[in-house]
This record gives sequence, C-alpha cells and structure tokens, in this order.
Amino acid sequence: MTNILLIMFAAILTENFIFSKFYGICPFVGVSDKPSTALGMGMAVCFVMTVSNAVTYLIYTYLLLPFDLIYLRTIAFILVIASLVQFIEMFLRRYIPQLYSALGIYLPLITTNCAVLGAALLSVEEGYNFIEGTIFGFAAALGFTLAIVIFAGVRERMKYADPPKCFRGLGILLIAACLVAMAFSGFSGISFE
Amino acid sequence: MGILGVIAVPVLVFIGLGAVMGIMLAIASKAFAVKKDPRIDEISDLLPGANCGGCGFAGCGAFAEAVVEGKASPSKCSASDEAVVGKICAIIGIEATKTVRMRAQVMCSGTPENARKKYIYSGIPDCISAATLGGGDKLCPNGCIGLGTCVRSCVFDAISVVDGVAVVDYEKCRGCGVCVSACPKKLIELIPFDSRHWVGCKSVENGKTTRSYCDVGCISCRICEKSCETDAISVNDNVAYIVYDKCVDCGACVSKCPRGIIKSPDEILKSLAGVK
Repeated sequence: MTNILLIMFAAILTENFIFSKFYGICPFVGVSDKPSTALGMGMAVCFVMTVSNAVTYLIYTYLLLPFDLIYLRTIAFILVIASLVQFIEMFLRRYIPQLYSALGIYLPLITTNCAVLGAALLSVEEGYNFIEGTIFGFAAALGFTLAIVIFAGVRERMKYADPPKCFRGLGILLIAACLVAMAFSGFSGISFE
Repeated sequence: MGILGVIAVPVLVFIGLGAVMGIMLAIASKAFAVKKDPRIDEISDLLPGANCGGCGFAGCGAFAEAVVEGKASPSKCSASDEAVVGKICAIIGIEATKTVRMRAQVMCSGTPENARKKYIYSGIPDCISAATLGGGDKLCPNGCIGLGTCVRSCVFDAISVVDGVAVVDYEKCRGCGVCVSACPKKLIELIPFDSRHWVGCKSVENGKTTRSYCDVGCISCRICEKSCETDAISVNDNVAYIVYDKCVDCGACVSKCPRGIIKSPDEILKSLAGVK
C-alpha cells in the first residue's frame, strides 16, 4: 500500500510528466487556452493512460518477454496504444455518447502522444507489476492534468497582461511555463526513504 | 536460435499483433457502428458543401446534423438560396421562413491615387501581417490594405483586389460573412443584396485628419444626413452610415456627397468587368 502511495506521489508531484520529464509538451502548449479545455484533455489522457498502461503491461509480459523481443517494445507499444485509442473511441461513441462528446476531439489527439507512450515505457522499465503499472499510468495522467489545468489558469491571467512586443505569444508562454516548472521543482526535494 | 529465427520470430509476432489489432478494430467498427439519421445525408447533399462556416458550425456536415436535431434553423445557411432552404425545411418538416439575401460590401474607396501611404510595405503579402506593422501601409487607419486576406478567406471565389482595394463580385457572393471576420480592418459588412447604396468609407477620424489621409474619405460634413428624406443616413463617429431598413434607394445623397463616396453598384460592376 505504501508502495502504491509512493508511486502516486512521485508521478503526480516530484516526477511530474510535464514539469520534470518534459513529456507531452505539445498538448501542454496546444490545449491550455482555457481551464475547461485543459480539463477535458486531462480527463482523456487519464482515461487512455490508465487503460494503455494495463494493456501494454500484458503485451510486455505475455508477448514480448517470452519471445525475447524487449528491444522492440517501443514499436509494439505504439501499435497497441494507437489501436486501443481507436477502439475506445468507437466504443464510447456507441455506448457512452455523453463521454464521447466530452472527450471526442481529444481522443485522436493523444493516439500518438509521447506522454502516453512514455508512461507505458517507464512503467515496464521500473519493473512495476500489473497493479502498480496501472496506478502509475493513472497517477502520471493526474499529474499531467494538474499541470495543464494550472497552466491554463496562468494563461488566462496572461491574456490581460501587456508584455513587450517581442515577448508576445509563444515567448511569454514559454517563460511562464518555465516559472511554473520551477515552482514544481520545489517538490523534488521531498524524500520518504 | 539461428539467424532465421532472429528475424522470423519478431516479424511473425508483429504480424500476429498487427493482425489481431486490425481484426479487433474491423469488428469494432461494425459492432459499434452508430446509426445515422438518413436525413443528415439528404440535407448534406442539398447544402453547398463549401464548408464556409458562415452558419457558426464546423462545416456543412455539422450544420446538417444540427438542423436535424433542431438546434439550428435551415435559414442559417446564408449560402443556400430560398429554394434550397425550402427543400431542407420540407425534409425536416417545418415551415420555411423567408430570408433576406445579403451580400458583402467592402467599405473603402482608397485606391492608390486617392489614399496616401506612410511607408512601402514589402513583407508577407497578407493583410493581417501588414496590419501588425503600424496598422498597414496606408495613412488611414481604417483603409483597405489590399493584400487579399479576404480573397483567400472566400470559398466562393467572389472577392478580388482591384486597384489596391478589395471588391466583391455580387453574383458570386452568397453572404456567408466569412470575409467580414477575416478582414483585420473590419471593413467588410453584410448589406441586403438589392440595396443600391453604401458609404465607401470607414474612417472614424475627424474631417481634417481624414482629408489629410485620403481624397475620398468621409469628412463627416453631414450633407447626406440633411439631404435624406427618410432619415436613413446618419453620421456617427465621424463617418456616415446607412440604415438599410429605412433607405428607399432614392439616391438623393449620392449627388450631394462632396467626396463622392456614396456609391451604387453599377460603377463597381463596371470596374470589375474592366479587369476581366
């Protein structure tokens, strides 16, 4: 139990995907306009990352390990995650249309997201078991959601700021992201060993 | 394991994995197929299919869906004429409402010989880009930049730049209003299709300043306002504006305007024909 809590704490705060590992920067910059869209993206990532971590663990343990194909894990995971997201999308569209219309536009975006692939790869590299791996995926996605929503809030405030002309747009955005990342790095000193 | 095994095993495993995933997706797409209302396709076929976005939906398909769900009125599609709107109304079983056909009009007359420039622009040939450089190369902050951002935004190919100012081909214009939002200077307005008069200026500067910018700018002298018998034209913010509900197209203001900027379509149609 403590083990799982530690994994979650690390994945959400100290080893935050966006601010300390720099995974998923594309959606972080792309869909952090408004907290509501950021939250939608975060939910979609939570959903996909949890399921994909569970499935990739099974693929890794029961297909890649027995055939000694660990060196091909990246390509195998990409294949599995991409088809899994497509499958989930079709399933949601048919049976849970409300969820589909909420997540719909974000799901195809994360088909090939590096954060989803990164979570799957890290999970097997750390040697997590099935439960730990799934929890790790969920927690990492929660950390992603936390970061993207916080940053969306920062961006909303930035709209009313009046930075010098040369900083406008992406420039001030990256500076703000840097400051938020520095704030997050305060967590990295925490240790439970 | 020989060299053959080293290559064959991964290839086979991945072929198998790919096949399983492919078959799973193929089955899923059949099993989870969503039944679509056949009326959506019927309406999509009737719509122009230009995906101009003037209705406020993502495209003609999304608009057809919204019409079937009752979320949008068929007359919202300004690119369809009355006959098409009537047919769509018949498909979903509602009364057709009458719509006024609109056309886009560029409210600027500042051709190079009339409007003076403050610098020579040689950057990216796009109005939005030019507008970020001191508001464009014309002295007048409300003048047509003439680099054709509206031309590229129009899916009906109805706009062209003639003599440095954008001109709308009324026959091709469907009044969707995409150019209205594309213009960084907000110079394009939708006016009723059969209205014959408009004010070819949007300068909100006072008369003296406008005079220094351009030879055909509205100097807010209010002569048109006094000459109008139906109170259809008035000067607000230093520029004359026609209220089309009141305008009876008598043309009294046209000859009175000392700057000659109250216009009627014939001359513009002629100038457009001259280019062709």
